[in-house]
Amino acid sequence: MHIPFRLNLTLGLALVSLVILGAVFAPLLTSHDPILDADLMNSEMPPSWDHWFGTDSQGRDVFSRVLHGARVSLTIGIVAQAINSTIGIALGLSAGYWGGWWDDVVNGLTNLMLAIPSLVFALAIMAVLGPGVMSLLIALGLTNWSWSCRITRSAVMSLKSQGYVQAARTLGYGDIRIMLTQLLPNIVGPVLVMATLGIGEAVLAEAALSFLGLGIRPPAPSWGNMLTDAREAIRSVPWATIFPGLAVFITVLGFNLLGDGVRDWLDPRMQVRA
Amino acid sequence: MSAAPDPAGAPILKVEDLHVRFPVSGGLLGRKRTLHAVSGVDLSVQPGQCLSLVGESGCGKSTTALAIMGLQPPSSGAITVEGRPVYGPGAPDRRARARLAQIVFQDPFSTLNPRETVGRALSQPLMLHGVRSRAERAERVATALRQVGLLPEHAARYPHEFSGGQRQRIGIARALILGPRLIVLDEPVSALDVSIRAQIINLLMDLQQNLGLSYLMISHDLGVVEHVSDRVAVMFAGQIVEEGGWREVFTAPAHPYTRRLIETIPNPARLTGGASEILPPAPEPPSGSIFWPPVDRRPDISQPPEPSALVSIGEDHRARVRPV
Repeated sequence: MHIPFRLNLTLGLALVSLVILGAVFAPLLTSHDPILDADLMNSEMPPSWDHWFGTDSQGRDVFSRVLHGARVSLTIGIVAQAINSTIGIALGLSAGYWGGWWDDVVNGLTNLMLAIPSLVFALAIMAVLGPGVMSLLIALGLTNWSWSCRITRSAVMSLKSQGYVQAARTLGYGDIRIMLTQLLPNIVGPVLVMATLGIGEAVLAEAALSFLGLGIRPPAPSWGNMLTDAREAIRSVPWATIFPGLAVFITVLGFNLLGDGVRDWLDPRMQVRA
Repeated sequence: MSAAPDPAGAPILKVEDLHVRFPVSGGLLGRKRTLHAVSGVDLSVQPGQCLSLVGESGCGKSTTALAIMGLQPPSSGAITVEGRPVYGPGAPDRRARARLAQIVFQDPFSTLNPRETVGRALSQPLMLHGVRSRAERAERVATALRQVGLLPEHAARYPHEFSGGQRQRIGIARALILGPRLIVLDEPVSALDVSIRAQIINLLMDLQQNLGLSYLMISHDLGVVEHVSDRVAVMFAGQIVEEGGWREVFTAPAHPYTRRLIETIPNPARLTGGASEILPPAPEPPSGSIFWPPVDRRPDISQPPEPSALVSIGEDHRARVRPV
C-alpha cells in the first residue's frame, strides 16, 4: 500500500501551524492592541477591512483578541496536557507492567478521578489557588490524566506477555528500560491520540473556567472569557462569539487530525521501503 | 545429591522437584482454588545434549520453561543453570542470568518488537552487557545474523519486512547474541509452515554442533522432537510420566500417555526404523504397580497429584507408576 499524501497529517499540521503561527506572531499580525484599543465609538462593528473579525461591545478588535487569546489557550492546553500525559503514562505503564498492589492503588486513584467530574475538580482547585495561568496549569494538569492512564495500562497489559517483552527480560533488561524501550514505543499511537484529544479538552476546559470567571482574568483575552463577554449579545453581535468559538474548533480539530496523522506516520508497518 | 559432582558429568541445567501452583478464584462466590500446573518435575540436561519435553498444551511444559528462564517464580523446588541457582539466595541477577540461558519463543510474530530494527534488537543487549564499542557490536550482530542464515544488511530492517521463518531465525540470533550455553526452545517450529520447519530444525542442529549448545526443547509434536533430541521427557498433567533416551522411549513406549502421543504421528514406524506401523506391545509395569496417572479420564489439576514415582523399566528408561 503506497500513500503518497496523508490528508489527515497535512491538514492537521496546517491547522495547528496556523494557530501556533497566529499565536507566536500575534503582535506583528495585528494593528490593534487587544486590550488598550477599546474604542466605544466603534463598538459592535461587523467585520471590515480595518477590523477583520469586527469589534466587541467595548470596541476592541476581535481579530487581535483571538490571536492574543491563542497564546494563552495554546500554552495552557499544551502544558496542561503534557502534565496529564506524563502522569497518566507513568502510572499506566508501571501499573500495567508491575500489577499487584501498585496496580490496585493506581486503579483506585483512576476510578476516583473518573468519578469526580474533572471540570468540577479543576474548579475546586482554582477556587483554592485563585485565578491565573499557574493555577490553571496545575488545575488542568492534575485532573485529566485518568484516560491516558487507563489506555496506557490496558495496552501494556496486553503487550507484556508478548514474546519480545519476555525476551527483553531474559536478556537482562531492567523493568524501567523494558517500559521505556519495549512498551512505550508500541503504545505511542493511542497515547498520542489521547494527548491530542486532551489538548483540545484542556483548551475547552480553560475556556470553560475563564467563562466562569475562574480562569484568565479579564481584560486579558482568552477564548473563554471572550465567549463570556459576548454571550449576551450573541444575536446582535454574532462575530464576537463565532470567531473565538471557531478558534477553539480549529485548534481542537487540528490537534485531532495531527494526532491521527502522526500515529500513521510513526507506525513502521505503514511505511513502504523503496 | 552426593558430594562434589564430577565436573565432566555436571549437568548444565538441573531442575529438582519443581512445583508451580497458581491461585485461581473460580465461581460466583469467588471460591479460591489452586491449579497445580507443575507438580514435582525433575529434569537435567548434560552439556551438548538436547532434552525434549513433550506433552499436550496445558500439561505444564511451557510453565516449566518460563520457570527455568526466571520468568515464573516456582512455588517450590530448585533450578540451577551451570550450577548457579535461578531463584533464592545466591541467585545471579537478571543480567548475569541472561548470559547463562536464553529462550526462543513459539510465535514468530510477537517475538520481535515491531518498532525496533533487527540491528537494534540485537545490539541493545550487547550494550547492556558492557560492549561499549559500536564497531564491535555491529560485528557481533553481523556474525549472529550470518550464523542463522541471514545477511548483515538485514540489521537495518524492521520485523514486519520478514517472513515467519526469517523472524524465527532472528529470534534465534537474539538468543545467541550474549553467548549462552543453554537455550530453551519453546515450540520453536510449531507456528511455522511445514515447509519451513525442516530448515529451522536443521539450523538448530547445526548451531548445536558448531557452538556446543545445550537445548531444552519444548514441543507437542513428536515428529519434530525425533530429529534433534538425545533424550525425551513426556509430561502429562504437570508430571513427567516417562523419560529416557529417545530411542528407548520411541521404540518401547511404556506409559499409555506416551503410546497415545506416538499413535498420533502419521507413520510411527518411520521414526523407529521398524517395519511395522503398529507399536510394539507395551511393557508390563513392575509387578504390584500400574502406570500412573491413567489417561482414560482427564486428571484434575486443581487437586495435588496422588503419590506415584518414576521407576526404571529398562536401561535409560523410566516411567511413572503407583502401587495398587
